[in-house]
Amino acid sequence: MTGGGARATIATVELSAAGVTKHYGAVRALRGVSLDVAAGECVALVGESGSGKTTLLRCFNRTVEPDGGRVAVGGRNVGELDPVALRRATGYVPQDGGLLPHWTVLRNAALVPRLRGGAEAAEADALGADALRLAGLDPAQFGGRYPHELSGGQRQRVALARALAGRPGVILLDEPFGALDAITRADVQHTFLAVRRERPASCLLVTHDLHEAERLADRVAVMRDGVIEQVAAPAELRSHPATEYVARLLKRTEL
Amino acid sequence: MRQLRAVTLLACALGSAAGARAQDTTGGAVSRSTLHAHRSPLTARVVPRDLSATARPIVVASKPFGESYILAELFAQLLEARGYAVERRPGLGATEIAFSALRSGAIDVYPEYTGTGLLAILGADSVPAGGARATFELVAREFALRYGARWLPPLGFENTYAVAVRQETARRYGLRTLSDLARAGPSLTAGLTADFIGRPDGLPGLARHYGLRFAAVRPLLPAVKYQALASGAVDVIDGYSTDGLIARYDLAVLDDDRDFFPPYEAAALVGARAQRDAPGAVLALTELSGRLDGPTMRGLNRRLEVDGVPVAQVAAAELRRLGLVAGDRRASEAPERRARGSLASELWGERLTIGRRTLRHLALTGASLLGAVVVGVPLGLLLERWRRGAEGVVRGVGLLQTVPSIALLAFMVPLLGIGVVPALVALFLYSLYPIVRNTYSGVRDADSAAVSAARAVGMTPAQVLGHVRLPLAAPIVMAGVRTAAVINVGTATLAAFVGAGGLGEPIVSGLALADSRQVLAGAIPAALLALLVDLALGGAERMVTPRGLRRRGG
Repeated sequence: MTGGGARATIATVELSAAGVTKHYGAVRALRGVSLDVAAGECVALVGESGSGKTTLLRCFNRTVEPDGGRVAVGGRNVGELDPVALRRATGYVPQDGGLLPHWTVLRNAALVPRLRGGAEAAEADALGADALRLAGLDPAQFGGRYPHELSGGQRQRVALARALAGRPGVILLDEPFGALDAITRADVQHTFLAVRRERPASCLLVTHDLHEAERLADRVAVMRDGVIEQVAAPAELRSHPATEYVARLLKRTEL
Repeated sequence: MRQLRAVTLLACALGSAAGARAQDTTGGAVSRSTLHAHRSPLTARVVPRDLSATARPIVVASKPFGESYILAELFAQLLEARGYAVERRPGLGATEIAFSALRSGAIDVYPEYTGTGLLAILGADSVPAGGARATFELVAREFALRYGARWLPPLGFENTYAVAVRQETARRYGLRTLSDLARAGPSLTAGLTADFIGRPDGLPGLARHYGLRFAAVRPLLPAVKYQALASGAVDVIDGYSTDGLIARYDLAVLDDDRDFFPPYEAAALVGARAQRDAPGAVLALTELSGRLDGPTMRGLNRRLEVDGVPVAQVAAAELRRLGLVAGDRRASEAPERRARGSLASELWGERLTIGRRTLRHLALTGASLLGAVVVGVPLGLLLERWRRGAEGVVRGVGLLQTVPSIALLAFMVPLLGIGVVPALVALFLYSLYPIVRNTYSGVRDADSAAVSAARAVGMTPAQVLGHVRLPLAAPIVMAGVRTAAVINVGTATLAAFVGAGGLGEPIVSGLALADSRQVLAGAIPAALLALLVDLALGGAERMVTPRGLRRRGG
């Protein structure tokens, strides 16, 4: 599974959207979007605000229900899956962390294993602690703290740990590093790449930062007004922009 | 023959009646008072059999002003002297509350005035020709027909409204009659009781009948109106013709020269239940009929309001003087002025009573608050799930808050009688709003990022509510409970108007009797209680605040 551009055709498709539409009142957020993410692959969704990238991401854990088209995870139509079970099996990192402020770092990190039940609380906590280590936080040092006692970067690491603790096959990241300052962002991005090597999961990463997309993702999907303009590996995107818009976007971020 | 039988029964009663009122199964009974009655033909009479199987106490009530307290106490002591168990409910709200309580059977008797019965209760818009007698006959007939209530023969005096001014004002404007006042009115300020301002036989009627207008009308509590007049803060007040304070302040009472006010003969008003259950007690009350003339009543009022003699002593002395109960008649002449030390020592002396009232107060507050929490918190949570209707429901609950408490209590009386139940319901309704409002908005506005993330990682809606929204909202919910509790402690003082007891008891009677110390004996503990409750719930608020929400060092 090291074959670069050919990967999507060889590996099994993990996330699949086909002709997905969604509108909010008069606003058409998605206008027939199709996208496949292979097992273990990381695809970045890039676009301006309002291009529909977050809406598309949310279709995969059913926090948004599409109006039309088909959304599948692991080959199964998400409409047929129990949304709660689907979400527990799917890692999720929102931009603002979304940590529960009244819970300690460790309890936040161990949330998904705990929700799944079955395991003892201690077991769940061990999974949470592992995930914290993976996300670059020492559980002994940080586990007992509360979110408001952490820096922004540390909070995003906890959010990442929470997404990893349940060892999901799919991780959805919604502008996970968008609110961090440049230096912290580079640090956490570095951690993310390390995590990907250790825990190869299928990732869908929403970002408005093309550089981030090129650095972190195997392929980049450029969205505009509810449609995908082009999906390609970063190098191919640079060399063969498919549309005028993609070319403009690349030009703007060349500096 | 009948006398003989009574004596026989008396012997039986002597043998058996240890505590309860004497009863028998043979068809006749004698009031137990006969056992220790002093020998006068009045008390040796045979009374009809009382049908009540148990010795239910006769509930004697009054309205919240001095004269009503005295008359009720006269009724109560007379009944006790005749062997009836009596329960006192002095100071019931106002005419509406007292009469509703009588109709519902929550009280058995209270002193009322024929003119009030005619205009305020029957709602008549004219006074029958024929003077006091015609008015009495009209109300007696109508009350029996409509409500099954019975006016006993009048006590012997009239207590009409007395529109009074300072002597100096009377001289300056040449005021002798209400017609004179109508001329001078536009340059005078009136200080009137709320009752008078609203009643058809008060200011509205006077305005129509005499064309009376004032430069300004200030609503005043009965307890302060005489001082307000004497100090010159107002020029005209509404008093009662028998007020003890009219003489004390040397006021000029203006003559009702165009016969506006109806006759206000005082009489005992008896409910249907007492007539049925306790005809003997009703008959005993008629012993007072015609025995109290105007000067006598003014004297009694003066002893209570000016001399500060406790109402029980005033009544006891008068019953002795009238020969209605045994005792040394001269005792009533002895000056019994209350010896009063400092306020602090007086409060200390009453500490047991105050403690008992405080406990009662806390029980009223605690029970109604608990009910409001049990209903209000789940309701707030429910509304968060049903936001479309939420604002409407919350506003509806808030509307309850705008009903004046005394009015809310008055609405409760016809439905729930008097005592603890209507007070609890009213306090419950008052406590609901801050709790529902805070629960709903606290849960709704809980950290939205945390809530949506919790949902997105797989919490069920119930888990989101229980593990996220509720803990995050807990301090806000608790703040609502705290607000409700403090309002509740204050409002519970009004519970005394419907006879529910608590720290409002001395406040109501203190206001009625113009006794500021009594008012303070209720108000000071109530204020302290409110402070303590606030402190305690402030602690609880901190306790339920999750650690992660407390700022460091806080």
